Amino acid sequence: MSELRDLYQEVIMDHKKKPRNFREIADANHMAHGNNPLCGDALVVYVKLNGETIEDVSFQGSGCAISVASASLMTESLKGKTLDEAQSLYDDVHKALTGESGGAELSGKLAVLGGVKEFPARVKCATLSWHTVHAAVDSDHDISISTE
Amino acid sequence: MTQSTFKTPSSPLNDIDVAAIRRDFPVLHQEVNGHPLVYLDNAASSQKPVQVIEAIDHYYRMDNANVHRGVHRLSQRATDAYEGARSKVRQFVNAKSDKEIVFVRGATEAVNLIAQSFVRPNIEPGDEILISYLEHHANIVPWQMLCEQTGAKLNVIPMLESGELDLSGFDSLLTDKTKIMAVGQVSNALGTVNPVKEMIAKAKAKGIPVLIDGAQAVPHMQVDVQDLDCDFYVFSGHKMFAPTGIGAFYGKQSLLEAMPPWQGGGDMILSVSFEHTEYNAVPYKFEAGTPHIAGAIGLGAAIDYMQSIGIANITAYEHALLSYATEKVSAMADVRIIGTAQNKASVLSFMIEDVHPHDVGTIFDQQGVAIRAGHHCAQPVMQFYGIAATARASFAFYNTEQEVDSLIKAIKTTQELFA
Repeated sequence: MSELRDLYQEVIMDHKKKPRNFREIADANHMAHGNNPLCGDALVVYVKLNGETIEDVSFQGSGCAISVASASLMTESLKGKTLDEAQSLYDDVHKALTGESGGAELSGKLAVLGGVKEFPARVKCATLSWHTVHAAVDSDHDISISTE
Repeated sequence: MTQSTFKTPSSPLNDIDVAAIRRDFPVLHQEVNGHPLVYLDNAASSQKPVQVIEAIDHYYRMDNANVHRGVHRLSQRATDAYEGARSKVRQFVNAKSDKEIVFVRGATEAVNLIAQSFVRPNIEPGDEILISYLEHHANIVPWQMLCEQTGAKLNVIPMLESGELDLSGFDSLLTDKTKIMAVGQVSNALGTVNPVKEMIAKAKAKGIPVLIDGAQAVPHMQVDVQDLDCDFYVFSGHKMFAPTGIGAFYGKQSLLEAMPPWQGGGDMILSVSFEHTEYNAVPYKFEAGTPHIAGAIGLGAAIDYMQSIGIANITAYEHALLSYATEKVSAMADVRIIGTAQNKASVLSFMIEDVHPHDVGTIFDQQGVAIRAGHHCAQPVMQFYGIAATARASFAFYNTEQEVDSLIKAIKTTQELFA
């Protein structure tokens, strides 16, 4: 059970039960839909950009504990970041979860996402919201992405 | 003390010697994540007894050669073993003749073959193909492809909340434009056993050919294609304790003879020149290329193994085990069983309130309990219930009451974690 506790530790369960920034942003200027058709995870990410800064970011949707917690953590960690800082964090999360480019160490609360790497079937759950926010800021219009 | 200790000798759970059977399955004797493996994903793929593994091993060590062509001893032995397996399949489903048994990769390939070789030459725009809501994707997509190719229309027998087929409007779905009815005998997602014999009788009365997808039926119950009077019966080996990559289908000989070949190549011909090719007789006409000889031999060994236990004993034992599991899970708070048909086989699909099935699957795995979490290649069924996925435990005759208790414990652990 030790790996189980590692994965479903307090941070994940806390964010699953009480997702942060779980709301619509009425005056969002970027948004994207993210879907994993295989497991039915579906979420919408809203972003309010002010120049180069993410003034506000939020999400709504449903999914497994890992996808919801990852989305919640994503909104917390990106709020107030510049686009360059966000890109750098996105790259680190991707590397940490996939082990690509030698992996990466995540700091703070995001460190829990690193544990998902030990569960390859679940990596897409954790990356969905990050892919979705990336697509949102990259596009001027509502866009849909899929992890399959 | 477990409850089974106190079972009366008349319980079907005592009809087979499950401890002896488990010794035949090497894979079951291992720990996963520090817990004894509890394998409850049999509807996805079953485990293989040593008798099957050794039959394949023996073939490769002693008899390996190509079939139907060599004059040397090994080729003859390989041919005898391969054709011997065909006879076993024939007897297993009670076909009239070995010529009615075609080896394929699995049920999926069989459905595609029949769609393209039997139905396609005789179908026109506006004609209809009838399937059911409960079908596995393997019995949906080949027909959709055929509809796209020909302009035919796909009709679907609806389902009820219980997971049974809604046959109230069945007669009106059997029209003079229906070119085939293709339905599963047992639903892989829910375990519903469909009343296929009655459905076949109604279709046949209107002259409509019938294909039965028996992939989820053959591991659990006696099948008699003559009694069913279906035209085609398809199944996979790997769900009935045989290797992956081998399966077979039954087709009435007169229909097989009238069908064009599906794939061309060696072994399916009598003679070839650049001007003309003479096709081989059935069933070889449908077996182009060197077949999965070892797989067919393994399938034959799996049939021998099941029959040594007794198919009726298997059915009774699994029924008692499923009843035990259903009773236990039903008694749990905040767990909902998906699929409550009167007549079910092997499958217990369920949802734990507020826990996504993929979390359930991961948490169970950490306790050594292997189940399937997902849409089970039956997305229309999931859409019917308005869900994306379920957790599914599916049983074989080597599973025990103690393993059901492990399943119950895993549900409790999951609920505690998410409480």
